[in-house]
This record gives sequence, C-alpha cells and structure tokens, in this order.
Amino acid sequence: MATAATVNINAPALARPFGRTLAIYVKEIKFEFLTRLRLRAFSLSTIGFPVMFYVLFGLVLNGKEASVNGTHFATYLIATYGTFGVMGASLFGTAAGLATERGLGWLQVKRASPMPPFAYFTAKVVMSMIFSTAVVLLLFALGVTFGGVHLPALEAAKLLAILIVGSLPFCAMGLAIGYFAGPTSAAPVINLFYLPLSFCSGLWVPLMFLPKLLRNFAHVLPPYHLAQLALGVVDAGQPESAWTHWEFLIGFTLICLGLARVGFQRDEGKTYG
Amino acid sequence: MLATMPEIQELHDVRSHSPRTVVAQLRQVSKTFGEVQALRNLDFSVRAGELLALLGPNGAGKTTAVKLFLGLMRPTAGTVNVFGGNPIHAEVRTRIGAMLQVAKVPETLKVREHIDLFSSYYPRPLPQAETLAIAGLQEIKDRPFGELSGGQKQRVLFALALCGDPDLLFLDEPTVGLDVEARRLLWEQIRKLVERGKTILLTTHYLEEADALADRVAVINRGEVIAEGTPSEIKAKTCGRRIRCMSSLDIDTVRAFPGVAEVRRDRDSYEIRVADAEPVLRELLLRDSTVRGIEVVGAGLEEAFLALTQNGNGSSEPQISGRQ
Repeated sequence: MATAATVNINAPALARPFGRTLAIYVKEIKFEFLTRLRLRAFSLSTIGFPVMFYVLFGLVLNGKEASVNGTHFATYLIATYGTFGVMGASLFGTAAGLATERGLGWLQVKRASPMPPFAYFTAKVVMSMIFSTAVVLLLFALGVTFGGVHLPALEAAKLLAILIVGSLPFCAMGLAIGYFAGPTSAAPVINLFYLPLSFCSGLWVPLMFLPKLLRNFAHVLPPYHLAQLALGVVDAGQPESAWTHWEFLIGFTLICLGLARVGFQRDEGKTYG
Repeated sequence: MLATMPEIQELHDVRSHSPRTVVAQLRQVSKTFGEVQALRNLDFSVRAGELLALLGPNGAGKTTAVKLFLGLMRPTAGTVNVFGGNPIHAEVRTRIGAMLQVAKVPETLKVREHIDLFSSYYPRPLPQAETLAIAGLQEIKDRPFGELSGGQKQRVLFALALCGDPDLLFLDEPTVGLDVEARRLLWEQIRKLVERGKTILLTTHYLEEADALADRVAVINRGEVIAEGTPSEIKAKTCGRRIRCMSSLDIDTVRAFPGVAEVRRDRDSYEIRVADAEPVLRELLLRDSTVRGIEVVGAGLEEAFLALTQNGNGSSEPQISGRQ
C-alpha cells in the first residue's frame, strides 16, 4: 500500500494551511503595493493626472457656482475624473507590471517557486484598487475643500464603492493588455486605449458638449457606463437604467478575462508548453 | 502508479542520503520550438547530494533543460521527474529552489523584502538572518534591488533560490557577466550549500566553473549530452595538454613523436596536443637544440570542452566517443 508520504508527494494540490495561504496573499499584496508606491513614475502619474485635471477643469477654470444641466460642475467632475483616475490606476497597475515582469523573466522566477499563481494576479488587482481609492478620496477632499462640493457621507461612500467595484473591468482589461503587449510597448498601448476612451466617454469634457456622433458612440464604451453609474449617485446621469450599465460592464469584464486567458495560455504554450 | 512506487520511496530517502539516489531525471526528453530542436533524446539524472554541472556553449540547451526540470516548460517527448513527481505541482516545488537568468527584477523592493516574500512561499524557510548570511547580504539587506551591483544582484537571486531551504537547487548560469572577484564569492557560497547537503544542478559555459565546483559534469552540445563524468574523467577523455613552441623541426617529425595527438602550425609556432607533456618535451629538446618559447597549457576543462564540442564540426580534433 502507498505510504502517507508517497501519497502526499503525488497529490495534485499543495496541502497548505489556510492561514499560511492567506499570509502569502497579504505579503504579495503588500510588496506589490510597496513596489508600485516607490516607483514614482507610477505612483505620481496615477494619482497626479486625474487630480491635476480635476483641479484645472473643476476648480480653476470654472467658478464655484458653475453648473451643467442643473448639476454643480465640481461635483459632476468628481464622478467623471473619478472614473478617469480609477481607469488609469487599474490599466497601468495591472498591464504595465504584468507586461514587464512577463517579458523580462521575473514572472518565470516567481512561477518556478511554490507561489500560488492566483496570488500574483490578486496582488496586482488589489494594489490597483488601493491607488484607485487614493485618487477618489483625494478628489473628494479637493472638491469639498475648494470646489464647494456637498457630498454627504453616505453618497460619498456609495460613489467610492461604485468606482472601486467598477474598476474591476479595467483591471481585467489591463491583464489582457499585459498578456499581449511587450515590456516596452505596454505603456504606449495602454495610452492608446486609455486616452481616447476617456475622452469619448465624456470623462474629460461632459458628454453634452461633445458632437452627437460621439455622444452616440459613447454608449459602446465601458468608461461611459461606469461614469454614468458614478454620475447617478449625484443625480447627474443620463436617464438610463443602472442595470444596463452593470450588464455592459460585466460583459466587458468577461470578454477581457477571456482574452487574458487566451494570452495566458499562449504564454504557457510558448514558455511552458 | 504501483509500478513507480519503489522508485518513489527510494526518492523519498534523500535525506538519509544513499549516495546514488536519483532525485531528478530527464528520460528521453526532446524539446522543439517550432523548427528548432533544442533537446534531442536527452537522458540524464541528478543524484542526491551532488553538484552536477551542465556544461555547454550558448544555445546548447542548458536553460531549456533547467526549465523542464522546473516545470516551466513541458517536454515535446519524454518524461521529467523530480522527487518522483511532476515539477508543475506546488508540493514538488516546495522542495526546489531556482536561480534563473532574469533581465529585470522589481527594483524598488529592498533585499530583505524580496527574501521575506519568497520565504513565505515555502513551508519551512530558513530564518532570514541565515539566508542573508549564506548569500553574504547582511550589509546590503536594506538596499533597494535597483541600487545593487551586478554581483550583489546575482547574490540576491541566489538567496531567493535558497531561502526556502529546498533540497534541490537549479542555478542557471549563476555567475554569467560577473567579474572574477564576484564570481569567486558566489562559488564560495555555492560550496557552502553543498556542504549543507544540498543537491545542485548548475549550468555554465565557464569551464573553469564546472571544474571548480562540480562533482560530476555533463557536457551538452546541440541538445545532446556528449560526455558525462567527473571533471577529471572528462579531462582524461581528451588530450590533456597543449604545448606551444617554436621549432625548426618538420611538422611530420613532430607529429611522429610518441604521445602526440595532433600538431597544428600557428604562425611561427607549433601547437601540439598531447596526453602527457613530459615525454614529448624531452623528445623536442633532444631533437632540436634551437627550440624556444616553450609553453605548456592545459589540464583545463577548456581543452576537453573544445575537443568534445568540436566533434562533428569536420575538425581534426580527437574524436571522443560521447554517450549516445
């Protein structure tokens, strides 16, 4: 009969106590966060760009009383620049690191270790979410302090929650890009999606100021749907059902995860297959 | 399953070190990348407690062999066996450490943070202080990876391979690109691991390195093992010495000396490959009173290696019958 040791060595899954697995996830997230936080090119631009745009367009160029379709302008822009910021943190947080580490050998070093592979991806997503949270909270603080924004705690919490949950589709998109872009092409490829998508979804300039053609086109863009959900919290969204937006975002997430999976398997085939 | 059981139990005895126990094995392994055949019917084993050097030129298939052992690639044909299991399984990986060639490591993490993270992957890691001590990193444990020198970076990667206290380590070209001093320092550390009873597979194209560290050398070229043995056995398989001299003697006369394997004219000198230098030198001095500039080089793995890897290149090097 097989001894316990023999059985153990052939077992398909590692019998790691839950506590230790959890500890690995926590460490993986912590060090992923520290890596990115200390990488100024990442941390400063991820937080800096949306905040800078918001200060410029929401606080400096428009008066405190400016409004758009009856919604206070500085409040409206918290929702759209919040979406912009969350999208940036998610895309750059997942895609840039993955493309570099995949392309330059670091991922292989980690794959050769007994690291649970899922911990690696989880760390990237959670790290992105931490940066997303920082961006949104900073926008709240700026808006309330300098923009005359009235945001009750419950509304603020709801807006934050929607933006963070809504960052998942862009994390998935980032993983897909990370699997198809190379170490040097990742950043340009991300921007190629990020900037046009943001503009056409009305994240920079409210949609009603855009030509009709673009306004219609926005309906097929994922950031538009997240922005509408965020605007819904401050009663400035288009008169559309929130479910339509969620359904669109869920569908988009699944497509991106599917693409990421194709990339993952292609990678396994090339490197591991 | 039942058929492989005795082997598995034998493999499980690593810690009680029966010296010939095979801990990792490639059996009839071939690996092709598109049109390129990286490995052909490769057969070799790593035994408990030894340091096996996989020696070969660039592109010989060394890294491919290591990646197969690590489960980072699957063989096109043949089987890979590590501790009686498949290396893609995490529980096999907890007994393995790997140092791979990597172009970029996250630079903003500190040395101790990298070690802290990798240690957490293993069930019984070494205390961090011990890992730092073995790899000689105590002084720089708080430095970000990006600020380290080449030798220090390699030592960090080495520390990541050993921090989980694995039984078996794969070191893929550990000293590539290092200066002499950094290389010798890493050698010292690798020897420390061998003293602790670890089994190590090291790949290198530095012949000196295999000679200095290995218990056993497998010479690999174009995806095939062409010779295998202790460093001295490998050397013995070839003509061990090379004599250079300037002589007025006719090349055929020199070629006819006993013990001469090959003579080549190199500008105004002869280059003579011999098994033993002394009889040939005596003969030279006896026959030619004007012989000068005598130089005896050799006993290095270099000669053996050149002779072995030049097989089949249409050269007139002594033909070594490799393991087929």
